Amino acid sequence: MQTQNYMNPLIELRGISKHFGEGETRVDALRDVTLSVGAGEVVGLLGPSGSGKSTLLNVIGCIVEPSEGWMRLDREVVYDSQWQRPDLRRLRLEKIGFIFQFHNLLSFLDSTDNVALVLHLAGCPKGEAKRRAVDLLEYLQVGHRKHAMPAHLSGGEAQRVAIARALANRPRIILADEPTAALDSERAGIVMDLLRQLAVEQHAAIIAVTHDEKIIGRLDRIFRLRDGQLVDDGDSARA
Amino acid sequence: MNLAFRDIRHKLGRFVLTCLGLSLLLGVVVTMAGIYRGMMADALALPRSINAEVWVVQGGTNGPFAETSRIPGDTREMIARIDGIVAAGSVTFQPVQIDRDGQRLKLEVVGFEPGRPGGPVNLAAGRDITRSHYELIADRKTGLTLGDRLELGRDVYTVVGLTEWNVTASADPVVYITLRDAQDLQFDLTPPEARREAARGMQRTNTDIVNAVVARISPNIPVEAVVFEIGRWKHLSVLSQAEQEAILATVVIKHARHQLGLFMAVLTIVSAVIIALIIYTLTMDKLREIATLKLIGMPDRTIIGMILQQALLMGVVGFFIGAALVSTAKDRFPRHVVLEPTDLGILFGVVVVVCLLATALAVRAAVRVDPARALAG
Repeated sequence: MQTQNYMNPLIELRGISKHFGEGETRVDALRDVTLSVGAGEVVGLLGPSGSGKSTLLNVIGCIVEPSEGWMRLDREVVYDSQWQRPDLRRLRLEKIGFIFQFHNLLSFLDSTDNVALVLHLAGCPKGEAKRRAVDLLEYLQVGHRKHAMPAHLSGGEAQRVAIARALANRPRIILADEPTAALDSERAGIVMDLLRQLAVEQHAAIIAVTHDEKIIGRLDRIFRLRDGQLVDDGDSARA
Repeated sequence: MNLAFRDIRHKLGRFVLTCLGLSLLLGVVVTMAGIYRGMMADALALPRSINAEVWVVQGGTNGPFAETSRIPGDTREMIARIDGIVAAGSVTFQPVQIDRDGQRLKLEVVGFEPGRPGGPVNLAAGRDITRSHYELIADRKTGLTLGDRLELGRDVYTVVGLTEWNVTASADPVVYITLRDAQDLQFDLTPPEARREAARGMQRTNTDIVNAVVARISPNIPVEAVVFEIGRWKHLSVLSQAEQEAILATVVIKHARHQLGLFMAVLTIVSAVIIALIIYTLTMDKLREIATLKLIGMPDRTIIGMILQQALLMGVVGFFIGAALVSTAKDRFPRHVVLEPTDLGILFGVVVVVCLLATALAVRAAVRVDPARALAG
């Protein structure tokens, strides 16, 4: 099943490079990166600081434009030497969910509205957005905290609400930046189990940037980056 | 989902305090506008109270407010005979300072001829002067009430009438007495002074001097025609009521008016800078949240709308609280503060524009924030 998904990837990058500056100040953040991630997969992106992990995540998240290469997300070519869609904001809203290291919930909205906002942005009517937000919070077992403000949530609860927000529009691609870094081992395990469950149930591809040894064993594959180059394409590191 | 209101509600205390601070600042701007209008109203109060159509003054002068004017008392009889003049009266103006109940009171004493133009047209209380001597009509700002007695010069006057907001350009209250009393007050010598003058061999000079003759004109005769007729006498100058008011508004209080206008402009600029700084600081506090909003797909226009709504709400709430504070406290100000609805409307418009301009820095910062910042640790 997983092999089949791997053959029909949701995230596909070919020869992606990214450099900043020109001439003597030129820095090659990514060099000829080629990778693919299939539906239902949870893969890790590992590498030392400055290896290009964040740049790669930003490229896949359509935040940073690559310098060259080709990229297809959810069967749509989004980059081929240039962006193929003018409205990347809409692309992010529809296809990509983000999970952050420090949850990044909006401090002035309660749990329900943090989730409902994303639905609302996608055009879902207010009442429907709230109902679906509450359902998602229930599903992630934080329904009892639906009216709580982020400041009153524990780290684990806040991260679950953040995951609910990332999943609200049923994105096929989820990008997680150190999703368990602020959590203890037990909660980190719960979050990873949850991400795996979501990947399977929603046929989503999940890429998690991590340094967390606790969760490496729970990943399907691991991509390792060094100096902007993929030194391990994930196949050999399959868990 | 209105994010601007949610954010405000989340930090309501900070918003309320900011609005209160802003309201005091905008209140000062409103007060300046009120003082400006009050100064204009004060400057015009006296000539309007007299309600003449023509002012006849010493030749070559723009008296009696902008320049000194002295003309013979019998000028009134000459003016009264001109075709079209319905009524004419002589008036004198004399600033005096008296001590009353341990306090120094500065007054403008107007001498007029009861029954003729020159006296107050509208009384707030009491009656007109009916006796030839020692009766007085005072403005309420003097603190005098009906029946009070006031010593002016060597005589004691009884307050028989009161006026409201009848003051000079420098906000000194006006009191009216008969022309004869006013001339006595101005020219009568104390016994030692009289003895000294007699010893010097000086003759008693003519005291039938007035500062102006005011006249009302028949509605069937154009004011310009009468002004032209009187203007033919070279020893007299003549001003219409409109010209007299224009001189008061543009010449007599010119510097004070400019000073206030400049002060208002500076305060408006200061308000704009402060609003800009507040909005900028509030936005900088939220940059990570704005980056998150952009990352999850919120369009820039929604984020800009959020900043604009907060700035406008802050300005509007601050303005209304400020205006309400000034409206409540305006009667406690030492100077007349007049809040005209038109001025408040213009100021409100200025505040709205200032708020919109003040968001420019914050909007620039918000638009330039990189969504990737949300992913940064």
